[in-house]
Amino acid sequence: MTLRKPPLREIHAERGATFTEFGGWDMPVEFDSIRAEHAAVREDAGIFDVSHMGEIVVAGPDATTLVQRLTTNDVTELDAGDAQYAAITREDGVMLDDTVVYRLPDEAGDDFGRDDPVPAYLFVPNAGHDTESHERWVDYRDDHDLDCEVRNVTEDWAMFAVQGPAAPDLVAGAVDDGGPDVRGLSRFSAAFAPLSGAECWVARTGYTGEDGFEILCPWDAAGDVWDLFVDDAAPCGLGARDTLRMEKGFLLSGQDFHPEDEPRTPYEADIGFVVDLDTEFVGRDALAEQAETGVEETFVGIELLDRGVPRHGYDITDEDGHVVGAVTSGTMSPSLDKPIALGYLPVDLTDPGTEVNVVVRAREKRAKVVTVPFE
Amino acid sequence: MSFDVPEGLRYRESHEWIDPETGRVGITDFAQDELGDVVFVELPSEGDAVAADAEFGVIESIKAVSDLYAPVSGEVTAVNEALFDAPELVNDDPFGDGWMLELDLDADDLDDLLTAEEYADQIA
Repeated sequence: MTLRKPPLREIHAERGATFTEFGGWDMPVEFDSIRAEHAAVREDAGIFDVSHMGEIVVAGPDATTLVQRLTTNDVTELDAGDAQYAAITREDGVMLDDTVVYRLPDEAGDDFGRDDPVPAYLFVPNAGHDTESHERWVDYRDDHDLDCEVRNVTEDWAMFAVQGPAAPDLVAGAVDDGGPDVRGLSRFSAAFAPLSGAECWVARTGYTGEDGFEILCPWDAAGDVWDLFVDDAAPCGLGARDTLRMEKGFLLSGQDFHPEDEPRTPYEADIGFVVDLDTEFVGRDALAEQAETGVEETFVGIELLDRGVPRHGYDITDEDGHVVGAVTSGTMSPSLDKPIALGYLPVDLTDPGTEVNVVVRAREKRAKVVTVPFE
Repeated sequence: MSFDVPEGLRYRESHEWIDPETGRVGITDFAQDELGDVVFVELPSEGDAVAADAEFGVIESIKAVSDLYAPVSGEVTAVNEALFDAPELVNDDPFGDGWMLELDLDADDLDDLLTAEEYADQIA
């Protein structure tokens, strides 16, 4: 299979990046050292090329209805420039993906043959999910006779994440003269701003646990926008993004949940806050029932007390040696310098301090349940 | 990028080195660079026997788990326990402070291993 390439693939290669396949894309995993990149984001600033993330625009008179029906959160709460974390679930409540939904400024009616502006949304499926997401949205729209356009613009937009305590000043300083002061954006809000002459969607979001921004810029302007930051923010790969998000206990689509390999509902995955049962969406009834009856297993943080590194797929056992779960994500935490893991455990084993084991190469390593973010 | 390949050491294709004088074993500069940040090593104990071409331990970086293979057979006469608390020594100084084991060694066992020149060609 030919891998999809971010627009700056060759520029990253010239800088010495190593690459990995992620969601069908050939993405930089490491530029210098994961540890150094991770530290740059926690202490100063880093820039990630996340152009493998999908972008889907939904616009039209029924756009709000369509987004409301296919995501778990309440999209009607969003004004233009607001963003919202949400899950995309199937009928049985199992998560197909997680996403950020942005309410764009209303779109001029020209494309629709109408004069009135229509609501428009952008949502960001995970890498490799853009095509199936687009199809799901189009099919649902057609089945329910909704009046809106669904456009897969994944390869129209490059996406960079500038993250870290120094990111607000860097991004504000990169906006062209006359553009908005993006330091005024609150967390989970966004605005159009010109960077290097290109109109970009600048959002105060990200997935590292640090302050920072995600910038969507036109594919052709990617090099110019990247150059605005790369001397001041450390170029970072997906390796550091993974360790950063793990320390904060954030889910990784496809690994911490997956519709076939690790089918989980938002409640099991401990993101019940993205579910608004007062709205109508695919999977709502199943989730309402689970909200009533409770879950059998939930997503927890685990810290190893013995030496070793927990990895995806390693068994978790209880004090009697019975397998009670598996690690879905694990690493040696670069900031905390200790082995950390994420995974699902039966609810009676999820109290912080509960002692469990992680089986590393056939040996049980002592571990305990902790609250996330890891400290 | 060019990597350090000291003369006088012998090399295994899987990127371990052995010093024929001291029996000291480690991994190469190329290997530590490929692995990235080393965060954990699992090594045998002093007195354990290792067999040529068999796994003797495990090295883990943030992103990967790799087996370590013995260049020769022999008994472990010393283990670099500093690596348990400071595995990053393997990145910082793979041919020096990042060494892993010392083996008592039979000089004949070295014949199957690569010379520095042959190993440098392999990673070129």
